Amino acid sequence: MSSDVKKVLTGPIVDNNPIALQILGICSALAVTSSMANALVMTLAVTVVTAFSNLFISAIRNHIPSSVRIIVQMAIIASLVIVVDQVLKAFSYQLSKELSVFVGLIITNCIVMGRAEAFAMKEKPMVSFMDGIGNGLGYGVILMAVAFIRELFGFGTLFGIEILPLIQNDGWYQANGLLVLPFSSFFLIGFLIWAIRQWKPEQVEKD
Amino acid sequence: MSSNKETPIKTIGFVLAVCLVCAALVSISAVGLKDKQVANKLLDQQTKILETAGLLDVAGDDIVATFNKYVDAKMIDLDSGDFIEGNPELFDERRNSRDATKSDKPENDMAGINRRSHNAVIYLVRDDAGSVKTVVLPIVGSGLWDLMYGYVGLESDLNTVRSVVYSDHKETPGLGAEVMNPKWKALWPGKKIYDQNGVAKVRLVKGGVKAGDVHGVDALSGATLTSNGVTRTLQFWFGEEGYAPFIAKYRSSLGKGGAH
Repeated sequence: MSSDVKKVLTGPIVDNNPIALQILGICSALAVTSSMANALVMTLAVTVVTAFSNLFISAIRNHIPSSVRIIVQMAIIASLVIVVDQVLKAFSYQLSKELSVFVGLIITNCIVMGRAEAFAMKEKPMVSFMDGIGNGLGYGVILMAVAFIRELFGFGTLFGIEILPLIQNDGWYQANGLLVLPFSSFFLIGFLIWAIRQWKPEQVEKD
Repeated sequence: MSSNKETPIKTIGFVLAVCLVCAALVSISAVGLKDKQVANKLLDQQTKILETAGLLDVAGDDIVATFNKYVDAKMIDLDSGDFIEGNPELFDERRNSRDATKSDKPENDMAGINRRSHNAVIYLVRDDAGSVKTVVLPIVGSGLWDLMYGYVGLESDLNTVRSVVYSDHKETPGLGAEVMNPKWKALWPGKKIYDQNGVAKVRLVKGGVKAGDVHGVDALSGATLTSNGVTRTLQFWFGEEGYAPFIAKYRSSLGKGGAH
């Protein structure tokens, strides 16, 4: 049992990463990775939503009529996302001002739906909950890595703290304009996938 | 998935039950957190107004008390420029400018706002002696992506800029979003809105302002459209369809010694 829990918790971080291997949740990974603070909050939000949606869906998996199961999953996920959005607005207004649009879009994040359908509909509640946390962490690892590169070289800061002084602030560093824009994440995620597959060749798809 | 046999009645019943539980969850969180959210929003607004008035250092952690002590919110009628009765706390520019009975289409909609509310709330910021040091005027206008909301703080002559602070915008990070950069904000103090003839000349200048230009401020590099938006927003709000009538009346009341 405990090795199972460990497997579902740490597996998604590298071996079965939702972004790098399952290629889920790319759209939000592009949008929120311009700063590490945003990426961290988004990671927490997705982790909470995935874990609890997995928990609730798994708890009632034997009662969900299969003809309407996707709708039922959606209703649960959407409710959780609204709750997360409300909590953010109440406790972290500045971040919610920047992230509100993307938090709403967690509903359409394929990771949440994908885990509900692929894992929570078959497994017991506690292990599903752990699977949700694990996948949230796997999502977060990639997000934080991309945000680290984008914020450091695009803005010269990390978590808003100046690391490379920018020319416009009388420093010496010319910010990389490409990294400021969302689509640069495509390149970065591509490089990350390549790096992970160099390290773990078994992830490479057979022709 | 289901171990027992599915019937339409059972399916509908199940969906209804899920919906009820979800609806209850959402309602409880929305209602339960509402007070905190409203307080947050107000705090954010008050922080920006104090920043515009240069009082953030004075305020420290106590934004609300400082705001209540120094800041006096007043409703004005933009067309006549007069102070009017009304509760500034209930005024919502964004709602009014969507309401045809409370707003008009400007004749010359430079700022790209589509409709302008009849009324506005302005903030008179006093010093310890009680005389008005800063007048904070809210502005809004199109940037590159969307409307940008902010405040202009004027000294008591209603011509010299104390600060320009944007509170809400969706401009590109690193380019247009540099309106939030302290270095750029620091270019504003001391600039003049109007020339001797009372024409609003304030603007952003591409390639940098010449020394001695009291109306110009460096444009944001790499963000021409945002910069144009800022210039047009300021030109609109300090023109005849913006605060010009109010500024004229307020100045003449000061001349007569009538302190509001």
